This record gives sequence, structure tokens and C-alpha cells, in this order.
Amino acid sequence: MRIPDTAPGAKVLALGHYQPSRVVTNDDLSKTMETSDEWIRSRVGIQERRIAGDAESLEDMAAQAGGKALAASGLATSDIDLVIVATCTLESQIPNAAAVVAHRLGISSPGAFDVNAACAGFCYALSTADSAIRSGSARNVLVIGAEKLSQWLDWTDRSTAVIFADGAGAAVVGPSDTPGIGPVVWGSAGDKSEAIMIPDRHGSLHQEGQTVFRWATTALHPVAKQACERAGVDPAELAAFIPHQANLRIIEAIARRLGAEKAVVARDIVLAGNTSAASIPLALSRMLERGEVRSGELALVLGFGAGLTYAGQVIEIP
Amino acid sequence: MAATEQEILEGLGKIINEITGIPASEVTPEKSFVDDLDIDSLSMVEIAVAAQDEFGVEIPDDQLKNLKTVKDVLTFIQN
Repeated sequence: MRIPDTAPGAKVLALGHYQPSRVVTNDDLSKTMETSDEWIRSRVGIQERRIAGDAESLEDMAAQAGGKALAASGLATSDIDLVIVATCTLESQIPNAAAVVAHRLGISSPGAFDVNAACAGFCYALSTADSAIRSGSARNVLVIGAEKLSQWLDWTDRSTAVIFADGAGAAVVGPSDTPGIGPVVWGSAGDKSEAIMIPDRHGSLHQEGQTVFRWATTALHPVAKQACERAGVDPAELAAFIPHQANLRIIEAIARRLGAEKAVVARDIVLAGNTSAASIPLALSRMLERGEVRSGELALVLGFGAGLTYAGQVIEIP
Repeated sequence: MAATEQEILEGLGKIINEITGIPASEVTPEKSFVDDLDIDSLSMVEIAVAAQDEFGVEIPDDQLKNLKTVKDVLTFIQN
């Protein structure tokens, strides 16, 4: 038996994102439930979010984002050996999204699987892509975070309906002479599994806001620091910090404790809502598009959510 | 040595001021967090976490919702 010559490193080559065109504002929501623009802004930090129509599936959004990332990478579809979709909101569990999306994009017969680590899913998938490339299992990997949370919400429940949204973000990951994706720090807290859950297949997403808020504001900044430490990067060197876009108050609490003085902190939630596994690639892709971050700079990505699960790593911005 | 009620009140006032910007002098025992001080549920979590660091008493979320007034918190920490 033998194993292939391994690549010294892997890095994100290109990003892409997609959001549904329909904008839902806080005022729109306050017409159908007991809430207000002021209430939502002060608790969650969201001004508006995007919600997909009935005709727009999770796979449609994933394919749109994936296609953009692939085009931006300059690679051919035949260069992609593996497609991973991070998601927790598929309408049906079978088939998986990755094979469907790969086919839509004309990627002929890649390895294809989905990852469910909820809002941490993109970071888990990115780490898996990094390992697959460095071990010689894949030349290039398309990683997509895509969610259609709107189809799992109770639209009369103001504790969730004002927070969650739809969208997709994608990254093409390929080989690199120097490491462009740092070691992942990941873990879980299954003792809090009931804090974010869909109780059964006919149910809708339930969240214990205070429990999640307490966990996120106390347990995660050490993970963020450890991810920097394992990559040999001082938080002060980071050009950007892209945490999962859960809640603006959580984002700011973690950022404050991280000590990344120079870093631009992603606040994409304000206009995109909480899009679970899509939020990190969506935020980073949009920041790159707006010129808020530059190619070659270092960013810390940190996902966290249902499970509870978390994962973070330092990456080089493509 | 356990802190006196006055010491806890002063410490709590300082914590609430840091988290919400409300002057510590307004944090008096009879005040209701929601009705008088306009403190939301997420800020209450931040206050509980800071109080745990300060006084070494854990206030779990299922207890937190029963603590309506400043006096309730003072009593909880003392007991």
C-alpha cells in the first residue's frame, strides 16, 4: 500500500455568495407579530434579512454561490474532486445537497457529502477540505454553506422568526505551498443539545435565547484565542474576524474579548440576518467584494451553534 | 467572609452601570429590572455572568427569570 505525495498546505482560492432577492424588514415582521424595529435592533442587531420564495430551494442557493466561487477561482469543473455542503435546513434528508449541487454545476462525479454541524458547519467543512487536500484525497474542494431557515421557522414565534434568514456562501479550496488554512479548534457541548432544536420532523426551530447567549459570550472567546495560538498568529495581527453571524451582541462580546485590535469585525448580520452555516462565507465574500478586507490578509473564522457545536481556524483571505 | 447587602448592592450597581450605562445610584433594592430599569433578558444574562465573577455565586438561567427586582438578586447572592 502507498499514499500519495501530500500537498504542504491548502488555502481558500476564491469565494462566492448568493442571497434571495426578497428583503424582509423589521417593519414587515412587526405587522404580523408582536415585535418592533427597535426591539429587534437592540436585541439582535438585525435591520433586514433575505427570505427565499417557495420556488427557490436550498440547493438552488447553494448552486448559485458555488458557481460564483468556482468561476472566481478560474478552475474547471473537472478540477474539483470533492463537494461538501454544510447545512442543517434541507427540506428532505435524502438525497443530500452536495451531489445535487455538484450535478447542477456540471462537476461530473466528485465525492459529495453534507455536513450538519449547524451554524458551525462551514468551519467543519473547511477543515475537512483542508485535510482532504493535504492528504491527497482531493485536488480541489468546493465547500458551500447554504441554509433555508425560513422553511423551519414558526412565523408567529418572535424569538426565532426575527433572527433567522436564508442564503449561501461558498469557497473553493485548493493546494498551496504554504499553509492558508490553520489548524481547526473544534468541539461540542451536547449537554446543551436542547438549547437549539427542531423537536420533530413537523416541528419548527426552537431556541433558548438566554442559554445560547450565555454560552456564546462566555465559552467561545477562549476557542477563538486557541485557534490563533494553534496557527501561531497573534490576535493583534488579524486583519479580520468573521464569527458566525448569530446576534450582533454576541459578535461584539466575543470580538471585545479576543483582543484583535486591528481586525475588521464582520457585522453582516445587520443586513443578512442569521443564516447559520452560510453566514461566515456569505459575510467574508461580501466583505471582500466591498473592499473591507484584502487578499493575502489573515482572518479568523469562528462558527458556533446547535449541538451545541463550535469550530474556528485562521485562514488567508483569497 | 460574606459580603454585606450594602457591599453587594454597590458591586451590582457597578456591574449594571458597566453593562447598560444606567447610573449605579439608580440601582436600588425596590427597582424592577424590566419595568423600572428597562434591562432586557440578554443584558440580565450579562449581569448574571459578571455577578458570578464578582461574588462567586452562579445564577443559572432557570433561576434568573425569577429574579424580578434588585432586592431579589441581593437575596439570591446572600443565600
